[in-house]
Amino acid sequence: MQEQSLPQMSPGDEDNRTSLENAHPSFWRNPQPMDNYSLAIVGGGPAGLLTAHMAATLGAKVALVERNLLGGQCFNVGCIPSKAIIRTSRLYAEMRTAENFGAQVPSGITVDFQRAMARMRQVRARISRRRCSVQRLSSMGVDVYFGEARFAGPRTVIVDGKTLRFRKALIATGARPKLPSIPGLAEAGFLTNENVFNLTECPRRLLVIGGGPLGCELAQALCRLGSRVAIAQSDPMFLGKEERDAAQILSDALARDGIEVHLNTQVTGVRVEGKQKFVDLITDDNKRTVAVDEILVGIGSVPNVEDMNLQAAGVKYDSEAGIPIDDFLQTTNPRIYAAGDVCSEHKFPHIEAAAARIVVRNALFCGRKRLSTLAIPWCTYTDPEIAHVGLYVREARAKGIAVKTFTVLMHDVDRAISDAEEEGFVKIHVKEGTDKILGATVVASHAGEMINEISLAMGSGIGLRALARVNQPYPTQADAIKMAADAYNRTRLTPALKWLFKQWLAW
Amino acid sequence: MVEPSAPSHEELLDCFQRAAFGYFLHGCNLTNGLVADTSRAGAPASIAVVGFALSSYPVAVERSWMTRADAAARSLVTLRFFWNSVQNDQPNATGYKGFYYHFLDLQSGKRVWQSELSMIDTTLLCAGILTVSAYFTENNESETEIRELADKLYRRIDWQWAQNGKSTVSLGWKPECGFLHYGWEGYNEAAILYVLGLASPTHPLSDESCYTAWTATYQWENIYGYDLLYAGPLFIHQFSHAWIDFKGIQDRFMREKGSDYFENSRRATCVQREYALRNPHEFKGYAENCWGLSAGDGPSPQTLRLDGVERRFFGYAARGVPYGPDDGTIALPAVLASLPFAPEAALAAVIHCRERYPGIATDWRLPSGFNPTLAKSGPWISEGYFGLDQGIIVLMIENYRSQLVWKLTRQCPFIRTGLDRAAFRGGWL
Repeated sequence: MQEQSLPQMSPGDEDNRTSLENAHPSFWRNPQPMDNYSLAIVGGGPAGLLTAHMAATLGAKVALVERNLLGGQCFNVGCIPSKAIIRTSRLYAEMRTAENFGAQVPSGITVDFQRAMARMRQVRARISRRRCSVQRLSSMGVDVYFGEARFAGPRTVIVDGKTLRFRKALIATGARPKLPSIPGLAEAGFLTNENVFNLTECPRRLLVIGGGPLGCELAQALCRLGSRVAIAQSDPMFLGKEERDAAQILSDALARDGIEVHLNTQVTGVRVEGKQKFVDLITDDNKRTVAVDEILVGIGSVPNVEDMNLQAAGVKYDSEAGIPIDDFLQTTNPRIYAAGDVCSEHKFPHIEAAAARIVVRNALFCGRKRLSTLAIPWCTYTDPEIAHVGLYVREARAKGIAVKTFTVLMHDVDRAISDAEEEGFVKIHVKEGTDKILGATVVASHAGEMINEISLAMGSGIGLRALARVNQPYPTQADAIKMAADAYNRTRLTPALKWLFKQWLAW
Repeated sequence: MVEPSAPSHEELLDCFQRAAFGYFLHGCNLTNGLVADTSRAGAPASIAVVGFALSSYPVAVERSWMTRADAAARSLVTLRFFWNSVQNDQPNATGYKGFYYHFLDLQSGKRVWQSELSMIDTTLLCAGILTVSAYFTENNESETEIRELADKLYRRIDWQWAQNGKSTVSLGWKPECGFLHYGWEGYNEAAILYVLGLASPTHPLSDESCYTAWTATYQWENIYGYDLLYAGPLFIHQFSHAWIDFKGIQDRFMREKGSDYFENSRRATCVQREYALRNPHEFKGYAENCWGLSAGDGPSPQTLRLDGVERRFFGYAARGVPYGPDDGTIALPAVLASLPFAPEAALAAVIHCRERYPGIATDWRLPSGFNPTLAKSGPWISEGYFGLDQGIIVLMIENYRSQLVWKLTRQCPFIRTGLDRAAFRGGWL
């Protein structure tokens, strides 16, 4: 049996020790396998954990295999730690712009980076107790195994020298940061989401490579925490999949924070001189070099598909695209499902959660629930936040669907004006001539919260017209959604209808 | 003593238009027809400004500001220069593949500022070339040569090459790095680029699907109660319209929406006014008759604290509504260019701004921008004049007054063919 080294978290403070004891305790001994598991889960990230939780609650015999930390990227080096420091960074930004809120700018604002990171670790440890605790999982009846999983056949997986037989399996091994092949980068050293949260000092100067959600969120947060940040994005706009106006607002917001924005820019080389890292950038024919102390890479992720002997299980995979699945989340071995970052284009934990529910239903109860039927929103937690659900206009038009968008600017929303949070918009796309909601994009300070109403409407088949009839407290920033619905209703008031109303009211 | 009566609208427009034309009358290098990008010292020539200058010569002839022979002579010098200038892939050429570099040395005509071989600016130049070709129809030696050169210049442009194997046309090309990464995707000022590119008898765009690709990124939005094909800056809703009369003609997209691009520009103008009324950033001056965000000069990049508010200002930038950027700079030339679409609103705004801020048009020629938020004794005013502003003013006032440019281009077979291939139907087609 190969001895597994225990995962480490840096710095080794009380909170990180708590997180470790929850997510991969040093004392843990793998159990003796049952005869045949109803469901074997490989990967203890959000998808794996939720599936295990639901399946065990319903009485299934469940095995869960994790090689590192329960909670995966999301809880340990992703969503949770990033949101914690984003909150602190937003507070600093608000302090600096206190006059916009009718308050006095506090004198001598000094960023306590170590305090911000300590709070992040505290938050992570607290959440890990509830969400990533191996003891909690075990007490629910889930057999938790730590170690590398290797399939030995279509119904067998081996971990830590123990053979686990299963009727159904789920692969939810997630993804890891994608690394660019830039000459000199590896030698110079760089950060990814896997180690940026280990920082104990804020980099004085930072270059972020990649303008996706991770790159933009961390660039803004670290800038607000005191780093002088430049960001280089190879595409002509940030958040390549989002709509142009949203990306433009984000670009302006980052520039306003003081971030040096380099769009349409390639990083061609890195060299180290003394303690400085010199990074060469090229934009069309314009070459320049920036000097920084740290480099953060956030250009996407690659699926964790290697070393599992997936061939033996009859599961096809691609090292770039991950594991191909059908709409029921089944892999090429219909007994084995896949969910989460290992197979999904959209790498968000709540999408993993939605997939987990489908897996439980389809794998254990012969269900035929389709992933494509779900309206799944996502959000980039910059300031302002950028949230989306459903189709983009270009996607709808590519399908031959005529689209009309009802746009409400946040500067028309009373509560947003009161909150001095006027930047952004709500755009709700409907099928032309109907009120069927095809998709929506929200750019606002709290877009992640606001998108939920539209997701609910889409998931429940509720049209835009009905959203105008929703009674809600006044004032809220979510009024913007109702205002979009009102705008839709006004377009139904044709001249003929107006004439009829006039006649009726005159009578 | 009798108070002088206020000028009539017609007199007012005549003053603005003639002052704008003065830029081309006096700013043209008569040896090669090139016109400076701006009136600032050392400014190079802009090929797009030359396109506007060429288009303004027929206007000047019809308004008796210039003789026909003089206008023909200027046009001929210009066309001869472009036909005979160096076309190759070297960094100091004037053009390549029939396209031209955005900025040229005013004297030598060679590329400057390491500028890009510009597809849109070549298009605007080409629009001017086709305009003079449509106007100078007499059978004398110079007018015949104008028509021949115009035909040859248009036929030399390799539109398909400019696609770089893609479905849309590339923004530009440089000898140092090849094609720029951006492509011309709608909606913006490049409609006329696709019309001219589709019609070429020699090197047309690959097929009609490239127009579909250009429209694939269109968004039909209801903003402030107006349904429109959205684009932020005003000039986007004006530049193609300077040459093509889009009133009543519809492509597939506009047929689906029951509108046309002319009506769309009218609504875009209304949205601009609505935005100014809302004035979300509380800039000084913005009002029902003080609006108009577009591409243009600004107070230069700087962040200042004014009246307790941190303000970020920009230099030359494409300002737009409602998403910005907005630094309080009004582009009055773009307001005047809204005249064909929303004459009452445009005139009211120009009259108001001129009365409220007399320094912005002392000799009737309009600066690129002014900014009442950044004020000392008066608003910040852009230094000198920009050729594009003067060009769009001359052409759009004329289209409002007599539709001269539109009438000329309606006779241009290439523009008709291009519109047809882009599936425009109805109206004057």
